[in-house]
Amino acid sequence: MSQDVTIFITDRNGVKHEVLAPTDMNMNIMELIRSYELAEEGTVGVCGGMAMCASCQCYVLNDVVSLERNPDEEAMLWEAYHVKDNSRLGCQIPITEDLEGLEIEIAPEQ
Amino acid sequence: MIQTDILIIGAGPTGLFAVFEAGLLQLKCHIIDALPQPGGQLAELYPKKPIFDIPGYPSVLAGDLVTNLMEQIKQFQPGFTLGETAETIEKLEDGTFIVTTNEGTKHQAKAIAIAGGLGTFEPRKPVLKDIEFYEKEDRGVDYFVKDPEKYRGKNIVIAGGGDSALDWSIFLSNVANSVTLVHRRNEFRGALDSVEKVQELKNAGKIKLVTPAEVVGFNGSERITAVDIEVNGARMKAECDYFIPLFGLTPKLGPIANWGLEIEKNAIKVNNALDYQTNIDGIYAIGDVNIYPGKLKLILCGFHEATLMCQSVYNRINPGKRYVLKYTTVSGVDGFDGTRKEAEKAVVKSID
Repeated sequence: MSQDVTIFITDRNGVKHEVLAPTDMNMNIMELIRSYELAEEGTVGVCGGMAMCASCQCYVLNDVVSLERNPDEEAMLWEAYHVKDNSRLGCQIPITEDLEGLEIEIAPEQ
Repeated sequence: MIQTDILIIGAGPTGLFAVFEAGLLQLKCHIIDALPQPGGQLAELYPKKPIFDIPGYPSVLAGDLVTNLMEQIKQFQPGFTLGETAETIEKLEDGTFIVTTNEGTKHQAKAIAIAGGLGTFEPRKPVLKDIEFYEKEDRGVDYFVKDPEKYRGKNIVIAGGGDSALDWSIFLSNVANSVTLVHRRNEFRGALDSVEKVQELKNAGKIKLVTPAEVVGFNGSERITAVDIEVNGARMKAECDYFIPLFGLTPKLGPIANWGLEIEKNAIKVNNALDYQTNIDGIYAIGDVNIYPGKLKLILCGFHEATLMCQSVYNRINPGKRYVLKYTTVSGVDGFDGTRKEAEKAVVKSID
């Protein structure tokens, strides 16, 4: 059985949550946020994970995951608001065993 | 006033399929949608992307699914009020409803089916001084292309880097006098054939490309006469009759949120044990817009919900009237337009 990883997520109200994420369900960070209901339903993952809405924008707070964005993600973030150097789209970060200890903060609503 | 049996709010796959199931029960439908074309998210967000979980289709492009649904329901002659948002609802003493759109179009119906998906798609507007002035009363800022003919012979500036900016630039280059496409980056993000086509039209001088650039201001006292564009820190002016920013759409539940419906998690609570009716008798909510224990936001679930909703509306409109479920293979499909679809009869013939 594959290992769950622990991820720290700060929600839009500034509350920090420690959550367990499965690594064998083909999930991404956006889906993890939705599964723990850490943001109001309908305000995160609006496009379903196609990198087309930026509602799952997160700030990466430690170096557990690369800040390198894929081309779709880069294009979307160019048009989004509240974008910082450490912005990524949660839906473009697959949950793998390498993410143990990742810390992120959910960006404000678009 | 438009009169119908079921007024469907939302022309996505769930709303479209409801027309078919209603038609089998001899119920007429009319659909309101805020977008200028039917299809909802499928047409607006990802028409060229495949869907793999429609039963019976190993893969179907979202745009093709919408085309097929429109073909499937056409004999039931649904009416459409497109490009308008359902704003207010009034329940009359006889149990019927009057729904009025933001443009004042009135619809009277015996039942309402809200199939609003994620909500009304509202355009993401660029933050520009005076944009609220120019977006009104045909003063030159449009967020949707509703009627391409409006732009015939005009000078158009389009802003954006996605599929809709690309596709409308291509389309309008054949209609307008000139098309200028402005985008913040040199890279565009869209279907490969769209990007290549824009490249071709640019080379042929039919689309003027300005990148990396941004529209930063307007000129014109009564309506737009030109926009200011900032390219690499320098300013230029582009004469135009219309400026169309296409920066994507954000869904909002919108005015429906004020109809007195029970809302939970940005969705409308329904009775899933029976018929997907809301807390208001006669108003149903189907597809992604509703919520109940175990809800899954899948197109196939929307189809199921639409079917049960139609049965409930039939009973509501025809209390006590007998009806049995019919199979289309056995009974065929009789359209309101006089057409009939039916299975070919098997022959009864001896074989020597």
